Amino acid sequence: MAEAIFELFRGNREGGQPATYRVPIAPGMVVLDALLYIQAHLAFDLAVRWNCKAGKCGSCSAEVNGRPRLTCKTRMDSLPLEKPITVHPMKAFPVIKDLVTDVSWNYRVNKKIPPFEPRPGSEWKMYQEDVDRVQEFRKCIECFLCQNVCHVLREHDKVEQFAGPRFFVRVAALEMHPLDSKSRTRMLKDELGIGLCNITKCCTEVCPEEIHITDNAIIPLKERIVDEFYDPVLMLVRKIRGAKQELS
Amino acid sequence: MTTEYEIHDHDVLIIGAGGAGLRAALGALSQGAKVGVVCKSLLGKAHTVMAEGGIAAAMANVDPADDWRTHFRDTMRGGKLLNNWRMAQIHAHEAPDRVRELEQWGALFDRTPDGQILQRAFGGHTFRRLCHVGDRTGLEMIRTLQDRGVQLGIDVYMECTITRLLKDGDRVAGAFGYWREQGRFALFRAKSIVIATGGIGKAWKITSNSWEYTGDGMALAYDAGAELMDMEFVQFHPTGMVWPPGVQGILVTEAVRGEGGVLRNKLGKRFMEQYDPKKMELSTRDVVARAIYTEVREGRGTEHAGAYLDISQKPADYVKKKLPSMYHQFKELADVDITKGPMEVGPTCHYMMGGIRVDAETAKSSVRGLFAAGEAAAGLHGANRLGGNSLSDLLVFGHRAGLAAAEHAKAVRATPIDSAQVAEAAREILAPFERKAGESPYTIHRDLQETMQSLVGIFRDQADLIRALEDLEKLKDRAEHVSVEGSRLFNPAWHLTQDLRSMLTVSEAVTRSALARQESRGAHSRIDYPGLDAVWGTKNSVVVRKGDTMTLHQSPVPEMPSDLRQLVAEEK
Repeated sequence: MAEAIFELFRGNREGGQPATYRVPIAPGMVVLDALLYIQAHLAFDLAVRWNCKAGKCGSCSAEVNGRPRLTCKTRMDSLPLEKPITVHPMKAFPVIKDLVTDVSWNYRVNKKIPPFEPRPGSEWKMYQEDVDRVQEFRKCIECFLCQNVCHVLREHDKVEQFAGPRFFVRVAALEMHPLDSKSRTRMLKDELGIGLCNITKCCTEVCPEEIHITDNAIIPLKERIVDEFYDPVLMLVRKIRGAKQELS
Repeated sequence: MTTEYEIHDHDVLIIGAGGAGLRAALGALSQGAKVGVVCKSLLGKAHTVMAEGGIAAAMANVDPADDWRTHFRDTMRGGKLLNNWRMAQIHAHEAPDRVRELEQWGALFDRTPDGQILQRAFGGHTFRRLCHVGDRTGLEMIRTLQDRGVQLGIDVYMECTITRLLKDGDRVAGAFGYWREQGRFALFRAKSIVIATGGIGKAWKITSNSWEYTGDGMALAYDAGAELMDMEFVQFHPTGMVWPPGVQGILVTEAVRGEGGVLRNKLGKRFMEQYDPKKMELSTRDVVARAIYTEVREGRGTEHAGAYLDISQKPADYVKKKLPSMYHQFKELADVDITKGPMEVGPTCHYMMGGIRVDAETAKSSVRGLFAAGEAAAGLHGANRLGGNSLSDLLVFGHRAGLAAAEHAKAVRATPIDSAQVAEAAREILAPFERKAGESPYTIHRDLQETMQSLVGIFRDQADLIRALEDLEKLKDRAEHVSVEGSRLFNPAWHLTQDLRSMLTVSEAVTRSALARQESRGAHSRIDYPGLDAVWGTKNSVVVRKGDTMTLHQSPVPEMPSDLRQLVAEEK
C-alpha cells in the first residue's frame, strides 16, 4: 500500500520539534484523515482540533506544506508525496499543543462589535437581491485562516489595533443588512483599525468559503469611511446640515 | 487526595452550545437568570452548524393552506404515533414565532419574490415548509444565537467536558468536569441544569455526526437517575456519502431531494416507486433509508454499494445557488460535479429520536432541577423524525427549557456541594492515567462502532441484539481497564476515555430497548417482527438506573384528546 510521510509539529507554548510518521494512503483521503490515523495508531496524545470533517465548522485549520488550509478539505492526492508533508499549527496564534492554537482573541474581538439593531417599525420584508451580498458574508465558518494569513496580525502582531478580515466580514454583514439601523464606521476606523489593511488579498485567497473578503467586504467598508470622514464635499454638507439641526 | 478545582456559580447551567443550548440560554437570560454555557468544542462549532436543509415551521409563506394542524399531523404520522402529542402540538404552534424571532435577531433567510421567508419541500411534510438559507441553515441559526447570547452576557466555558452531575438528595446541585485545554478541574454550582448535548452517532461506524456526538448528556442524566425514553429509535439518514472511504457517512442534505433530486439504482430504475409510489423520494427518512439498503442488499446497488441521487436535470446555476455546499462537497471530496452527473449515496447514522424523558410544557426531566432540550431529549419525534423538525425542535424546546429552568432557579435556594461526590468524580476522570499498560481507548471505540454498525443498525433481529449486548459487556470491561499516557494538556486519548463511558451507556440503552420492542415501527426495523404491532404502538420504552443495573420498562404513550386524534386520522 502506498504511504505518505508526515512531519508534524509536536510541542507546546514552551517550544517543540517536528516528528515524523508514516501513514498508509487510501483513495480520496484528506490530511485530517491522516492526522486522525496518526492519533489512533502512532501518537495517541496528538492534539488536533476538528469537528464536522465536512468543511462546515471551520475547526481543523492548520498550515499544510506552509499553506493555511482546512485539513478536512485538503486532499492527499493534491500534495506531492515524494517529500514529507508538513503540518504546522496556525502561526498567527499562540500554540497550546501540537496543532491546536489559542484562538480566544478572536472571540474577544467579536464581543466588541455592536449587534444587529433593526430599524424601529420594520415590516421584515426583504428581497433576495438585497440579501445576496450579506448572505455571502454569513457563509463564514470562522476557521480564522484569514486572520492567520493577514500580515498585519501574522507579521506585525497588531492584535490591539486591528480586528482582522474575519471581523471586517462580520461588520460588513451588519452594515449591509437591509434592516440594520446602526453605524459601525467610526468603530471600524478607530477601534477595529481597518485602515491598517492594505488590501493584499491574502485573506481572500485562503478563504475556504470563497468569500470575496477584500473586494466585497473590506473595500466597500473603507469607501464608507472615506465618504463619512474624509470626503470634503460630504463633510461640508454635514456641517451645514448639522448647523441647521443645531439652529432648529 | 486533595482535589483542586475552580468554582463557577450560576442560576442556570446549560451543557451544550448548539441550537438548543444557546436558545435555552437566551430563554433563561430573558428571565434575569445568571446563565453559564459549557461546551466541549469552541463556541459556534456545535453540530447544529452542520444542519443543512432548513427549519420546519408552518408559516404558510409559500403554501397558504399550511397551518399548525397540518404540521402537527405530519409530525405525528412521521413518528408513527409514538410521539408525545403535546410536544408535537406545542412544536407546531410555536415554531413560526421562533423563526421570526431569529430573523429579528439578524438571521437572513432566503426570500420569496414578495420579500418573505422562503420555504422548501421536504420529506414527510405536506406543504413547502422549511425556512432555509441555501443548504447552510444550521450555520445561520447558530451564528445568530451565538452573537446574541454573547452580546447579552452569557458566560461561555468553551472546550470543557462535564463528566458528572452532582446531586443533593433528589435534586441537581451542580456539575463537575475538566478543561480540555489544560486538563484542570472545574466545578459549576447551579440551581437548574439544562442538558442540550445532542446525539449519540459516534457509537456507529458510518455516521454523519462529529466526534462530539457521544451521548454525554443522556449518560449524565441517566447516571443522575433520570429516565431515558425511546432509545431504540435511531435515525439512519438515507443519503450519506459512500465514496471515497474517508468521507463515508458525511451528510448529503435531504434538500437535494426537496429541490427535485431523483434516486435510481444501478439499473437506472427509480426504485422509490416500489416503496412509496405516492411520496417517492420525499417519503419519510426511515422508508427511504430502508429502500436504499434493500436495493443494495439485493444486488442493485452502485459500484460503491449505494444508490444514485441525481439533481443534474436542474439548471447548473440553480443547483449551485440552492445547494452550494453540496456542490463543493462533491467537487472537492469526491471529484463529482453534481450539476453534470449523479452522486452516490447510502444510509448514515444521523439522529437520535430517543433521549431524556421530559415534560412537554417545561422540558423538565424526572430529576428535580434537571431539564433537557433538543436531540438529547425524547418525545417530539416518536419513532421517526421528519427532516426540518430538528432545528425547530431546538428553538421551541430550547426556549421553553430556558424559561422553565430560570423559573425553577428562582424558586429554590442554592444547595451545598457534597465533597465526596466531587472527589469521586475527580478520581474517575484521572483513573486512566493511574493504570499502566492498559488498552488504548481508540481500539475500544473502533470495536464499539463495529458492534453497533453491524448488530444494531437499520435492520435488527433478536440474535444480533443479544450478541450486541454480550459485546457491550466485554467492551465495558475493557473500558474499565483503559489507560492513557502523556500529560493532561490537550490529550485526545484521555478525552476519548470520558466519551467512551457515555457511548457505552447509551449503546446499551439503545440495544436493550431495541431487543424489547418486538415490532417494526419508524426507524426501528426488526427482521423477525416486520410489521407494526397495535399493542406496542401504545408503549414507550423507558430505561432507568437501579443501583448499578440498567433496567427497562414500558410506559403508556400519552393519549391524545379526541379532536387531535381525529385530526391525525383525517385522510389528507
